[in-house]
Amino acid sequence: MATNRRAGAVLALLMTSVLVVAGCSGGGDEESPQSELYKNPVTLTWWHNASQDGPGKTYWEKVAKDFSALHSTVKIEIEAIETNQLQRTRIPAALLSSDPPDIFMTWGGGEMTEQVEADYLKEITDQTKTEVASIGSPAEIWQVNGKQYGLPFRMGIEGIWYNKEMFARAGIAAPPTTFEELNAAVTKLKAINVIPIAVGAGDKWPAAHWWYNMALRACSVDTLKKAAKDKTFDDPCFLKAGQDLKAFIDTKPFQPNFIATPGQNDPTSANGMLANGKAAMELMGDWNRGTLDTVATDPAKLATFLGWFPVPAISGSPGDPKAALGGGDGFSCSKNAPAECVEFLKYIASPEVQKGYAETGTGLPVVKGAEAGVKDPALKSISDATAAASYVQLWLDTAYGSTVGTAMNDGVVAIFAGNGTPEKVVSGMKAAASK
Amino acid sequence: MTSANQIRMPAGGASASPAGPDGAGRASARRAETRRKWYEIIGLTTPAVVIYVMFVLVPMGFAVYYSLFRWRGVGPPTEFVGLRNYTLAFQDPIFLDALRNNAIIVFGSLLIQGPIALGIALLLNRRFRGRAVFRLLVFVPYVLAEVTVGIMWKLLLTGNGTVDALLRSLGMGGLVHAWLADLDLVIWTLLAVLTWKYVGFAIILLLAGLSNVPDELTEAAAIDGASWWQIQRHVTIPLLGPTIRIWMFLSMIGSLQIFDMIWVTSVPAVRSLGASATMATYMVDNGFFARLWGYGNAVAVILFVISFVAALLFQRFLLRRDIQGAITGRAK
Repeated sequence: MATNRRAGAVLALLMTSVLVVAGCSGGGDEESPQSELYKNPVTLTWWHNASQDGPGKTYWEKVAKDFSALHSTVKIEIEAIETNQLQRTRIPAALLSSDPPDIFMTWGGGEMTEQVEADYLKEITDQTKTEVASIGSPAEIWQVNGKQYGLPFRMGIEGIWYNKEMFARAGIAAPPTTFEELNAAVTKLKAINVIPIAVGAGDKWPAAHWWYNMALRACSVDTLKKAAKDKTFDDPCFLKAGQDLKAFIDTKPFQPNFIATPGQNDPTSANGMLANGKAAMELMGDWNRGTLDTVATDPAKLATFLGWFPVPAISGSPGDPKAALGGGDGFSCSKNAPAECVEFLKYIASPEVQKGYAETGTGLPVVKGAEAGVKDPALKSISDATAAASYVQLWLDTAYGSTVGTAMNDGVVAIFAGNGTPEKVVSGMKAAASK
Repeated sequence: MTSANQIRMPAGGASASPAGPDGAGRASARRAETRRKWYEIIGLTTPAVVIYVMFVLVPMGFAVYYSLFRWRGVGPPTEFVGLRNYTLAFQDPIFLDALRNNAIIVFGSLLIQGPIALGIALLLNRRFRGRAVFRLLVFVPYVLAEVTVGIMWKLLLTGNGTVDALLRSLGMGGLVHAWLADLDLVIWTLLAVLTWKYVGFAIILLLAGLSNVPDELTEAAAIDGASWWQIQRHVTIPLLGPTIRIWMFLSMIGSLQIFDMIWVTSVPAVRSLGASATMATYMVDNGFFARLWGYGNAVAVILFVISFVAALLFQRFLLRRDIQGAITGRAK
């Protein structure tokens, strides 16, 4: 008896192990027939990056609930994941495991091209013609070889966020429109003992964006488009970008020890410095309105002094002075997601949902008519500048993909740290392209 | 193996002998018992072995396999490149910086924590009022989560942060440094934080070792006229040998694989410049962030081989006597 009992226990243990192991590898959901919409109940899994409690996260919960109310067969399960984790580990791993979420974030550029080449994403060109027409040229960022694979919900160009009150105190009459004027403003701000520009070089990309803007000014639009497509960086304008940046850094416009300053999310970050009156300017994208609010000790005061102007032009450079750097957030459906996923994607890009998104103040909407929801004056000026931009270049690290992008950012950070050179940025990018 | 022998239960022997008391029956009973013993061994070890194989050996095999490919983590790996990823790693100055930083942490931890821990442990081993409180305080940093400690020190050490303010208010403004931003200094700052966190672990281990030193020996030495210091030097510390060696072993392996604290306390820019990178942070930065999955796996394999060889050498030359029996077979 005892033996039997023991054998039974052993068997049970073995069974559990087997079950645990099976549980790890299982999870292949049955596919629902895609012929008829809203006939069969489906559950859409949705991964987005509004992981911090706030208006952004609450809004997506409402959007999911509203969609389920409209279509009772659709249930939406949300998982909100911090951006880095989402983009670098969770999505790639989920896509590899052949059990990806139905709808998840995509950012366009090199990474999306690879995802399309690996046949991970659902092509939605025909279903989304209306939305794409309404969004206009930014929708192209979510295209690969002319086909649509996702839709943006947020898009904006970057520029310089500044403290109007400090500018007035330093006697700067109007926001600078050229780098010469910017240099003059830096000198005036130093004269009243204010840190002219905060940069979150510790996070690398906030520093690298200065190089991107130098490249945008130094390179022609054609050169930039070609570089993103071929990953060749032989044009001398990429060297020029580094030289211009080095000259700018040498004028010491940034806070001390910027190499360890984080970009956003805490009071010691570059974001926190601007939000709390410790620095006069910061180069950042349209999402900054929301992130500044979260680190400001006095958000009401922040609203009174915050302003925005486009990145100044460099006189005599071949780049288009009306071109701007920008980027956005979008959603795509995975290859085998039910057809309802595309409907949900279109719902997110509908004017009403976009207007509500704009009202949260977490970013700029993309479809026509939604800009009415933009209330903040700084965001309004970005919205106008985005509409006026002659060409919007996607963030270079996104456009070139993470591998070249990381090497590029590392090279730029080395220039900031004083042990890099313009040549090393370019050679690092070339080496990474072959890694 | 030995444990399975010891768990033999009295009830089992009786129920497993169906044959009569003749010789053949006894032999078959013995066979049955042997068989039953093997069932026990298999039954008891299978779950552990299955989990070990599934979650340790198989992933390790995959890491080696993936490290031979140029692979960005999109689609299955197809571009076989042989050992190219390994060559690239050893050509990358940042990886060599990471190796150097790991070496600094390994030897720095041993050389700094060892003497401090020994001193404090000997002190705390004496009877005095409030000893329990001191023991607790010394151990607190080790109990805190590594990420918590990392963030705490990051805030304390930030430019014009608490540490700088403290130094200035004590009239030592000249000592204020860019603790986490100075590329030459940052690894030493991190070493100091690591020491603060892990010295408590060494102390607790040594205190446990000290409690095993028989009082008779120290009393005998005292009667022979040895001073307190002589007793420590010639009796206590030699008897602490096994404990010290085990601590050195754990400290070395932990230092080679250090990740959390470095990741949290020093910012990405400082890491990517090589100033504070370790092999583990280099692996994550390249594997996940630069999406060089094949390359990241190669770095993981290098880290594994280095740790493995270090562990083997340490066991072979320093731990041999201490672990005799546990690994090499029956003691005595």
